Amino acid sequence: MSDRLEADSSTNPEAHLEEPTHLVAAAPPGASAMRMRAAVLAEFWHYFSQNRGAVAGLVVFLLLVLTALMAPVLAPHSPTQQFRDALLAPPVWVEGGSWKFILGSDPLGRDILSRLIYGARFSLFIGVVVVAIAVTGGILIGLAAGYFGGAVDVFAMRVMDIILAFPSLLLALVLVAVLGPGLGNAMIAIALVLQPHFARLTRAAVMSELRREYVVSARVVGASHLRLMFVTILPNCLAPLIVQGTLSFSTAILDAAALGFLGMGAQPPTPEWGTMLAEAREFILRAWWVVTFPGLAILVTVLAINLMGDGLRDALDPKLKRS
Amino acid sequence: MTPALETRAVTRDYDVGATFFGKRRVVHALKGIDLTLERGKTLAIVGESGCGKSTLARIIAMIDPPTSGELLIDGEPIDIAKHRVTSDQRRKVQIVFQNPYGSLNPRQKVGDILTEPLLLNTPASAAERRDRAMGMLQKVGLTPAHYNRYPHMFSGGQRQRIAIARALMLNPSLLVLDEPVSALDLSVQAQILNLLADLQDEFGLTYVFVSHDLSVVRYIADEVMVMYFGEVVEHRPRDAIFADPQHDYTKVLFAATPRADVASIRARLEAKAAG
Repeated sequence: MSDRLEADSSTNPEAHLEEPTHLVAAAPPGASAMRMRAAVLAEFWHYFSQNRGAVAGLVVFLLLVLTALMAPVLAPHSPTQQFRDALLAPPVWVEGGSWKFILGSDPLGRDILSRLIYGARFSLFIGVVVVAIAVTGGILIGLAAGYFGGAVDVFAMRVMDIILAFPSLLLALVLVAVLGPGLGNAMIAIALVLQPHFARLTRAAVMSELRREYVVSARVVGASHLRLMFVTILPNCLAPLIVQGTLSFSTAILDAAALGFLGMGAQPPTPEWGTMLAEAREFILRAWWVVTFPGLAILVTVLAINLMGDGLRDALDPKLKRS
Repeated sequence: MTPALETRAVTRDYDVGATFFGKRRVVHALKGIDLTLERGKTLAIVGESGCGKSTLARIIAMIDPPTSGELLIDGEPIDIAKHRVTSDQRRKVQIVFQNPYGSLNPRQKVGDILTEPLLLNTPASAAERRDRAMGMLQKVGLTPAHYNRYPHMFSGGQRQRIAIARALMLNPSLLVLDEPVSALDLSVQAQILNLLADLQDEFGLTYVFVSHDLSVVRYIADEVMVMYFGEVVEHRPRDAIFADPQHDYTKVLFAATPRADVASIRARLEAKAAG
C-alpha cells in the first residue's frame, strides 16, 4: 500500500477539489446553524408563496386565529346574552336591521356575530385537539406496523382497514352514541375516525425509509429499536404527515360541525358553528341569516385551511418541487 | 497470532417467491465461505453483481446473521441470531456503505452523526464526544467548521469522508468497505482510496474491501478473493492473482475490465487502423 495515486490531496484539507467554494466560508458554529435554519425557511416560503391560493388561505387562517384569541375584545356582546326584545333581528343592511346586531340575532335574541366570533375558538380548538390525538395515535401505530412488519403490520393494518370501511361520519355518530353526546366525546370519535389515514401514511413512509442505508448505519452503530424508530426514521417521515395534518384539521372542523348539527356534538348554548346551524334549522325560510352566517363561517374556514394544505404539500413534497 | 477475521463455512439462504400459494424457492446466496484475514491487511472481495459479495460484507459487519457457519472476530465467535451484538463486539467492526447519499441521515447534523456511536456505546461525556468528533473530522480531511452542517451541504466525496469518520469513531479494528468508491467520480475515488490507505497505516486497521472495480482492487488490496455465484473461486495474494489468474472465471473477469491507460488505447487504435 505504499504506491500512491496521483490525485492526492487527502492529507491536505486546503486542496480539496471537491469542496464547493460557497460553503467554505468559515463561520462560528452557532451562526451557521441559524443561517441554515433561515435558509430552509426562505426556501420553504419560496415554494409556498408560488401558490397564491395557499397564501390567501394562510392569511384567512391567521385572521381566524387572531379572531379566536381576541374574541372578548372583538365581540360586541356576550355569546350567550339573550336580548328578549330583539328575537330574530335581521342583519344591519336589511330593512329593520340595526347596528346593534350587525349580522342579526337568533331566535333567542343572541347576537350572531358574537356567537360566530366565539365559535372560532371552538372550531380551532376542535381542529387542534382532534389532529393532535389522531396524529399521535396514527404515528405510533404506523411506526410499529412499518418498522416491525409481519404479524404486527398485518394486524394493525387490517384494523385500520375496518375503520376505513365505515363511512366516517356514520362511525363517528356510532361512537358518540356509545360515549354519549358532547363536544369532548365528539372530538375523540372524530380523532378515532381520522387516525387510520395517519397510520397508513406513517407506515408507508417508514417502510420506504427503512430500506435506506442510513437506517442500517444507525443499527450498526448500536441504535436500539426505539431510537431507530423515533430518532432516526420518524423525522424523515414528517413532511407528508404535516400536509395530512393540515387537511385533517378542516375535516375535523367539518365533522364536528356535522355532529353538532345532528345534535351529537357540542350542546346548546355552546356557540359552536354546527350547533348554531342545528338550532336555526326551523327558521331557514323565515330568517335566512341564522343559517347562512354559521354556514359561511364553516365554508370559509375549511376552504382556507384546505388551500393552505395544498400550498404546504407543494412546499414540502420534494417530488413536486421545481428547481 | 489470532486472525482479525475468520469465517468457517458461512452460508446464507434467501427465501424468494414465497407467495401465499406458491412453492417456496430458496436462493443460496453464499455457499460455504471460508476465509481468514490477518490483522492490518486488506482483503478485496471481487465478483459480478449478485455473486454474494455484499451479503458476505453484511454478515461480517454483523448486520445479518449467517444461515449456518461460524463468524469469528479477533478469535471470538459471534452469533447475532442468538445473542444481541454487544457494545464491545460492535466496537471491533464497522462498515462504510457504497452510496454516500443514502448512508447519512439527512435530518442529522454531521456532529450528531459522528457522536452518535460514542453516545450509544461509550460513557464519554458530551464535551469529550465533541472533541473526538472534531479530531476525527480533521483526520478524514474535513474541518471543524463542518461540524454543524447537514449532509446535503456536502459533495459525494466529502460525504464518504463523513461516513468513514463515523465508522472510525469507535476505533474499530476491522472496517468493512462495501464498494466505498463506486459512487464517486475518478479523482475523488483516488482521494478516498489514499485517505483509506493513510488511515490504515495510522490505526492499524484491517479492511474487507468489497468491489467490482479491479483497478481499485489492484491499488488497495493485499489479498484478492474472487467470488462467483456464492462461492470462492480463487483466493490469493494480489500480485499473484493479477500476474497469473488461475480460475476461468477470474480470467474472464480480468479480461472484461476496460483498460484506459494510454498504451492500451494506442494499441486498440492501431489494431482498429490496421483492421
